[in-house]
Amino acid sequence: MTQNQTLSSRQTGAGIPAAVDAVGLVKSYGTVSAVDGISLRIQPGEVVAFLGPNGAGKTTTIDMLLGLTRPDRGTVSLYGRSPRSAIAHGLVSAVMQTGGLLQDVTVRETVQLTATLFADSRPVDEVLSRAGILDIADRLVKKCSGGQQQRLRFAMALLSDPGLLILDEPTTGMDVEGRRDFWKAIREDAGRGRTVIFATHYLDEADAYADRIVLVRQGRIVADGTAAEIKNLAAGRTVRATAVGLDESAILAIPGVDSVELHSDTVRVRTTDSDLVARYLLTETSAHDIEITSHNLEEAFIALTGDDSPATASAAGTGKKNRS
Amino acid sequence: MTIAAPESSGHPTSVNLNRTVPPFGGFNLTFLGIEIKRRMRNRRTLVFTVAMPIVLFLLVGVQFLHTALTATPVAKGGLSVAAYILISMAVYGAMVASTSAGGAVAVERATGWSRQLRLTPLNPIAYIAIKVVSALTLGLIAVLGTFAAGIIAGVRMPVYVFILSGLAAWLGSLVFTSLGLFIGYLVPSENVMQFLGPILAILALFGGLFSPLPAGTLTDIAKWTPVYGLGEIARAPLTGQAFDGWAVVNIVAWLLIFSAGAALVFRRDTKRV
Repeated sequence: MTQNQTLSSRQTGAGIPAAVDAVGLVKSYGTVSAVDGISLRIQPGEVVAFLGPNGAGKTTTIDMLLGLTRPDRGTVSLYGRSPRSAIAHGLVSAVMQTGGLLQDVTVRETVQLTATLFADSRPVDEVLSRAGILDIADRLVKKCSGGQQQRLRFAMALLSDPGLLILDEPTTGMDVEGRRDFWKAIREDAGRGRTVIFATHYLDEADAYADRIVLVRQGRIVADGTAAEIKNLAAGRTVRATAVGLDESAILAIPGVDSVELHSDTVRVRTTDSDLVARYLLTETSAHDIEITSHNLEEAFIALTGDDSPATASAAGTGKKNRS
Repeated sequence: MTIAAPESSGHPTSVNLNRTVPPFGGFNLTFLGIEIKRRMRNRRTLVFTVAMPIVLFLLVGVQFLHTALTATPVAKGGLSVAAYILISMAVYGAMVASTSAGGAVAVERATGWSRQLRLTPLNPIAYIAIKVVSALTLGLIAVLGTFAAGIIAGVRMPVYVFILSGLAAWLGSLVFTSLGLFIGYLVPSENVMQFLGPILAILALFGGLFSPLPAGTLTDIAKWTPVYGLGEIARAPLTGQAFDGWAVVNIVAWLLIFSAGAALVFRRDTKRV
């Protein structure tokens, strides 16, 4: 009963359906709006970070992608299938914060148990080894630390060698070394064509490991692009040069320039298009010693998701929501 | 502890997107085996399902080994009151075992394990089937354990009575698997058996399991409670009296009520999770 990819109704040009095709997702709990119109299309092989403050709607969105929560409005298709069908075929797996583990079985039994549920699965010892818990395979789950339990969830998610792996705060509880090993494993699998979506509040992780960052706040996507594009979008870059006698108004007239600071022999220009500013300074003026610095992702994150951000009109006084 | 790179041997170089679903919605014997092993590892479950009916029989039943149930004295091949109590205890053990095996879904929901399972191909119906089969296994152990204790203690009754009564106690306990599932999906609590246990004891009382019901108002009420039909049918092979149709109506009605309740809360649960 092999059903191949050509079943999809929504396909990309290449004939392979998008790993994720979510359209117009809306979900509220009572009067609290958790997700307010999220559309997302992710191609096979992309590594996407889902970044946002608590209560932004990341987990609710992931729940809807996985079919754990039914959206009030909107549709989700994974590889051209319903979420449930994609999971049943072993195409999609996930590591969730809320996924509980049986306490009264061993690590190996947990993985064995899960392995029996898939039509095809990788060998139990292989996934235990890849998740770095082969040496504690015979330990009861209740005796494992939080980080070890998280690795166990990761091992379970690797069993089906899924096309799409969804991770909600995957490295919570892991130490620095564990985190680095984890991302190494993820990147290797991405090289084999695995699509990865991860929600994180570790901004450096999003910056370092994602091909693409989707920034979410108050249930909407406020930015979507590469880490460099996101940084640029929020704060742009600062171009600094040594120069005298510059024409401030001429610099301000360059597209993308936000502000110009002139000090005795130094100019500091904040801009979303540093190339234009640099070209102007080098070709039209005597400026030299040009330095271009980008703001780190954390600043971008705060700028785009902070309550005073221009991205929303109704942000004033909004506290954290219970659901994220 | 490190996360190792995939072994070059046998690990596919690219992720395969042509997949199949598991047969039987994921129902399989390994999963079932681990499920039963978990039940058996739980000391509290064993105490209440296997040990308690045996202890109750030893405390209450053994003294009636030589008390005749019918006009024929025990010494002349007649049946003892102890045999009557033994069957009652088997029914009790099986119903507690089934309820707790069904009620295990409450624990798995409370801890988030059922949510974890939603990330696997396991079909919810297959999950229920595993619970039902593990309940039947546990119920069978309870029945066999109680009967074995009775035989060792000296209870004698025809083999066919052991078989028919045992089957009735065992299969009839499916009513209580449904009850366990119903409550398990209704109340997301880890200690669901702590309040189901006393309820089962009261129901067993009304079912005449601890002592025969006196004729009158109490029996009139008892006839409407869930253990009544099961108790009547399980004891019928011993007493030789045909059970009335009411016992069958009682057992079928309660099975339907609990199953419908379980199906209702189960559907609500899979919608939400």
